[in-house]
Amino acid sequence: QVEQVKLLDRFSTSNKSLMGTLYLTATHLLFIDSSQRETWILHHHIAAVEKLPLTTSGCPLVIQCKNFRIVHFVVPRERDCHDIYNSLLQLSRTAKYEELYAFSYNPKQNESEQVKGWQLIDLAEEYKRMGVPNDYWQLSDANRDYKICETYPRELYVPRTASKPIIVGSSKFRSKGRFPVLSYYHKNKEAAICRCSQPLSGFSARCLEDEHMLQAISKANPSNRYMYVMDTRPKLNAMANRAAGKGYENEDNYSNIRFQFVGIENIHVMRSSLQKLLEVSGTRGLSVNDFLSGLENSGWLRHIKAVLDAAVFLAKAIAVESASVLVHCSDGWDRTSQVCSLGALLLDSYYRTIKGFMVLIEKDWISFGHKFSDRCCQLDGDPKEISPVFTQFLESVWNLTEQFPQAFEYNEAFLLQIHEHVHSCQFGNFLGNCQKEREELKLKEKTYSLWPFLLADQKKYQNPLYNPDFSPELTLLEPNTVSFNFKFWRNMYHQFDRSMHPRQSMFNLIMNTSEQNKQLEEDIKELEAKIKQRNGQSDVVLEKKQELTTHHPAPVALKSPSCFQKEPPPMPANDAVRTIEGSNTADNRYSELVSEFSKAEPAVVSLEYGVARMTC
Amino acid sequence: MEFAELIKTPRADNVVLHCPFHLAVEGTLCLTGHHLIFSSRRQDNAEELWLLHSNIDSIEKRFVGSLGTIIIKCKDLRIIQLDIPGMEECLNIASSIEALSTLDSVTLMYPFFYRPMFEVLEDGWSSFLLEQEFELLSSVSNEWRLSCVNKEFSVCPSYPPVVIVPKSIDDEALRKVALFRQGGRFPVLSYYHKKNGMAMLRSSQPLTGTNGRRCKEDEKLINATLRSGRRGFVIDTRPLTVAQQARAKGGGFEQEVHYPQWRRIHKYIERFNILQESFIKLVEACNDQSHNMDRWLSKLEASNWLTHIKELLTAACLAAQCIDRESASVLVHGSEGTDSTLQVTSLAQIILDPRCRTIRGFEALVVREWLQAGHPFQQRCAQSAYSNSKQKWEAPVFLLFLECVWQIHRQFPCSFEFNEQFLIMLFEHAYASQFGTFLGNNENERAKLKLPQKTMSLWSWVNRPEELSRFQNPLYEANSLVIWPSVAPQSLQLWEGVFLRWNRPSKFLEEAEVERINIIKYNKELQAKVNALRRQLAEMEADEGVQEE
Repeated sequence: QVEQVKLLDRFSTSNKSLMGTLYLTATHLLFIDSSQRETWILHHHIAAVEKLPLTTSGCPLVIQCKNFRIVHFVVPRERDCHDIYNSLLQLSRTAKYEELYAFSYNPKQNESEQVKGWQLIDLAEEYKRMGVPNDYWQLSDANRDYKICETYPRELYVPRTASKPIIVGSSKFRSKGRFPVLSYYHKNKEAAICRCSQPLSGFSARCLEDEHMLQAISKANPSNRYMYVMDTRPKLNAMANRAAGKGYENEDNYSNIRFQFVGIENIHVMRSSLQKLLEVSGTRGLSVNDFLSGLENSGWLRHIKAVLDAAVFLAKAIAVESASVLVHCSDGWDRTSQVCSLGALLLDSYYRTIKGFMVLIEKDWISFGHKFSDRCCQLDGDPKEISPVFTQFLESVWNLTEQFPQAFEYNEAFLLQIHEHVHSCQFGNFLGNCQKEREELKLKEKTYSLWPFLLADQKKYQNPLYNPDFSPELTLLEPNTVSFNFKFWRNMYHQFDRSMHPRQSMFNLIMNTSEQNKQLEEDIKELEAKIKQRNGQSDVVLEKKQELTTHHPAPVALKSPSCFQKEPPPMPANDAVRTIEGSNTADNRYSELVSEFSKAEPAVVSLEYGVARMTC
Repeated sequence: MEFAELIKTPRADNVVLHCPFHLAVEGTLCLTGHHLIFSSRRQDNAEELWLLHSNIDSIEKRFVGSLGTIIIKCKDLRIIQLDIPGMEECLNIASSIEALSTLDSVTLMYPFFYRPMFEVLEDGWSSFLLEQEFELLSSVSNEWRLSCVNKEFSVCPSYPPVVIVPKSIDDEALRKVALFRQGGRFPVLSYYHKKNGMAMLRSSQPLTGTNGRRCKEDEKLINATLRSGRRGFVIDTRPLTVAQQARAKGGGFEQEVHYPQWRRIHKYIERFNILQESFIKLVEACNDQSHNMDRWLSKLEASNWLTHIKELLTAACLAAQCIDRESASVLVHGSEGTDSTLQVTSLAQIILDPRCRTIRGFEALVVREWLQAGHPFQQRCAQSAYSNSKQKWEAPVFLLFLECVWQIHRQFPCSFEFNEQFLIMLFEHAYASQFGTFLGNNENERAKLKLPQKTMSLWSWVNRPEELSRFQNPLYEANSLVIWPSVAPQSLQLWEGVFLRWNRPSKFLEEAEVERINIIKYNKELQAKVNALRRQLAEMEADEGVQEE
C-alpha cells in the first residue's frame, strides 16, 4: 500500500491528476482516489510496466494493459515506486498455469453449477445443428487419444470416404499433423468449410493419401465437384516455406481444386502493426494528419480488410458457387481460424446470436487449437509468439456490426467483454493452447467457464436494434469491403480514455429505453390485471373467475449473478460507463455529463487549448 | 422567353439514366428552363428525376459510335449518367445543360419563378428579425442598443440595416469606427452569454497600416463590453505573420499599446482556395472505390479536410472557453470578417447556447450569423467539388460549419432538436435551391433584388409541421449545459451522410435508424399508457374508498 500517489490523465497537457492510494492485492492492483472512486487492474492484464526518470513530483510509473488501458502513476518516493515496479513485474509474469487467477477465482458456484456451466456449449450438438453426421460426413475416432494430432480436438468430422489410413497418411503430410477436417457444413448448399495446415510439399513432394483426402472432401459435396483451396498467406511467404520442406498444394497433383492465395500477413507483422497503431493513438496532442498517416503506416486497417476480404471470398464460394473450401495457412491455427470463423459468421445467422457466437469461438478458436496462451502471453513466454490474431477477429466482427446494425443479437460491449476475458485468465476457457493441454490441466474441475456468466448477464450484451428476421437462417451477409467502410475502433483502443467518447451515448440511451420498454410492458400487464381485479370485485358474478386470472406474477426480478458482485468487478471503469441501471433515462443519461462539468476544469478543454497555452 | 433560345433540343427519347443505387432505366428526357426532367414513362411505377439546373456542378460528354453519354456531377455530390442516342441530340442537350446551369443573372434563377405548392403559414422572410433578438437581449441586459446607422447600407455595405452595439456608443462614433475597419465592418454584438454577462463581438480587421494608425472610438467601443478591471480576448483567425503582412496593405491587428485590456490570440483557420482544394480532394478520394486501404487513408490525409474541421472546432472551443470559463468578453475577426470569423462565432454559440441547438434557434443562428452577417453565399457556393473553373472566391465555408455542427451533434446526440438530415438539407439549399434565402451575398444585395417580395423563403417551407417532422431528432431532450466537444482525431469522423452518401448503400443504416426511432416512440406510448392506467386505478381506489365510508 502506498499513499499520496497521483494518477495522471493520459492525454491531458495540463498535468491534471487524481490523488489517491495504491494497493496491491494478490490478484489486482487497486487505486482509490480521494473521492473514493476505485480503479481495479488485474495483474494478468498488465502487458508492460515502465519506470520513467525521476521528476520533481515523484517517480512516474506507466502501466500498459492488454485491454489497451494505460495508467500513469506518480509515486512520491522512489523506493516505493521501485517496490511496486518489482512486485508488479513478478505478479504480472506467471510461470505456471496453476498460478493463474482462474485457479483461485471462486465465483460461489456449487459443483453442479460448475459442471453445467462447462456443458453449456456442446460442440457435438453444434455439428448436429449443422447437419452432420450425414450421408457424406462422419465423426472420426482417429484422434480419440490425440494420437494423430495433439493440437486438434478428440472429435473430428471427415468425409465418409476418408478411411483411417488416408487420414493417417494425410496427417503425416501436413504441418503439425493438422490434416483437413470439417469446420462448418452448409446444409442447404451441401458445401463444407474445411481446415488444415500447410502441406509438407517442399518443391516436389507428393502424398497420395493427402490427394485422396482432398478428393474425398470434394466428392462429399454433391452440388459442386470443384473445391477451393485457400492459402491465407501471401504467396511469397508460402513459397519461402517450400525451402523448409513445407509449402502449398500443387494444382497439378490434386484433381478438381482451385488454388487461391489471399495474402493475410503473419503473426509477427500483425504484432508490430498493432504496436505501431498503439504508439500513434497514444500520442498526446495528436494532429489529424499524424493520426491518419500513423493509421496508414501501421497497416492495421489494411490487415483487418484483408481478413474480412478473405472471409467474404470464402462465404461467396459456398453460398454462390456451392463449392466446398479448404482453408489453411502455415499451422492452421491463426489466419485459418480467423477466416473460417468469419466465413461461417457471414453464412449462418446462428453465429450472430449471443449463444451462437460463443459456440463459434469454442469451435473454431478453442477446440481447433488457436494458441491463446502463447498469443495472449498468459504465461511468461516467448514474446515473439504474442499476436493480436483474436483481437483482429473481434474487430472484423465489430466492423460487420457497424455495417449491419440489426443483424447481430450482441453488441459492442459483448465483444469488448470477451476480449477482456481472453486476457484476464479469470475463467478456464481460454487457458492453454489446445484441448489436450486443457484436459491435462483439469480446467473443467478447477476453473469456471466464462459463458454462463456472460449469458446470465446477457441483458448487458444485447443489441436493442437486433432483428431476428433481418436475415433468414442461411442467407449470406454481404459486407461492403471498400476501404472507407473500415474505421478505427475507438471503443476498443480507447475504451478507458473517457474524454474521447461521445458525451451522450446514443447506444446507452437506446439500450436503456429498450430495457425500460420491457419493464413498462410488464407494468401495463400488472396494472391491467389490477384494474380487472377491481372490476371483478365490483362485479360479484365474475369475481371467482377473475381471481384466478389476476394471479399475476410479479415483474421478474433480474437475477444478478452473485459471483460478479462479490468479486471485484472485472472492469469497473467500463461498467460505470455502461451502466444500465435506473429506470428513468432522463435522469440517467446526464449523470455522466454533470460530473464532467462539475470538475474544476473540463478534461476536453484542457486537452487541446488549455489556459496555459492560451496565454502564451 | 429567353430560356427557349438556350434549349436546342427540349426532348429526347430512349435515354438511359444511371443513378447511384438504381438500376439503369430507359425513358424520356426533357429540358425546361430550370429543370432536367427524366421520366421512365412506365405506367406501373414511373421513375422520375427532377434535377435543378443550378444543382449541376459540371458535365462531361463521351461518345461511343453514335451513342453519346453525358455525365452530370451535381453540387450535392451526386453523379448521374445519361446515355443519349444520336450524336447531335446529345451535343445539343449537353450544351443546353451547360448554358442553363451557368446562368449569369441572378434574376433568371429558379427561385424567381418558383411557385410554391403549399400554403404559407408563416413568412420565413420575417421569421427572424434582429429586433426580436434584441427584445430578448433587453430583458437580461440594458447595456446594448439597436443601431440603424446602416439603414441605407452606406456605413457598411455587407451589414444588415440594424445591428446591436454597446449602448454607450453613438451612431457618430460607429461611423468613425467603420472607417477604421475593413469594409466598414465595425465590431457588433454576436452573442451575449446570459450566464455571466460576457459578450462575443465580431468585426473585420482594423486598418492600422504600417504606421500603426489608431481609432479612439474603436477602442472605446470594444472596451465598453468589458467589466471594470477585467480583460478581454481578441481572437484573430490569421496567424501572426499573416496579420503582420496585412499591415502593408493597410490592414492590421489590435496592438497591445492601444488595447491594453485585450489579449490577442492568433488561431489560424484556413480559407478560400485552400479549403476549396481540400473539398475537391476529399470528394475525389471518396468517389474512388478502388482505393486500397493505404491509398484511401493517405488520400484522406492529403485532403486535409479533417484537419480543417479540428482547427475550426478548436478555435470555436477557445472562444467559448474565454467566455464561459474565463469570464472574458471576446472579439473575433480575421481579415474581412465574413468567413472564418462567422464560423467561429456561430460554432461557439452552438457550444454555449442551448437555444442554438433547437431547430428554430439554429435557423435564427444561420440567419443572424451567416445571412445577415454578410457571408457571401452566392460567391462561395457558386460551385461545388466538381467545378473545373478556378475562381478564387469559392469555398466550402458554410459546409465546414455544418460539418462541425454534425461532429458536435455526434458527440451529443441527445442535445440537438434537429437531426443530420436537417444539416444535409441546409447544405443542399445553400448550393442549389428553389428558395431565395441563400441568393445574394448580403442583405444589401437581397434588398436590391427584392428577394422577400419575389421569392419564397426556405424557412417558410421548412417550418411547416409536415416538413419539420422529418428534421426532428427523436432523442432530443433539452440540455441547458455548455457542451464541450472532444477534438481528438480519434473522436472526429468523416461526414458519411454527405461524402459517402452516393458511394455506399445505406439501407441497413437507415433501417436501424427507423428502429431507433420506433423504440423511442414506443417508449413514449407505453409511458402514456402506464400513466393512464395508474390514474384509472387510483380513481377506482378513490371510488372504493368513498363506497367503504
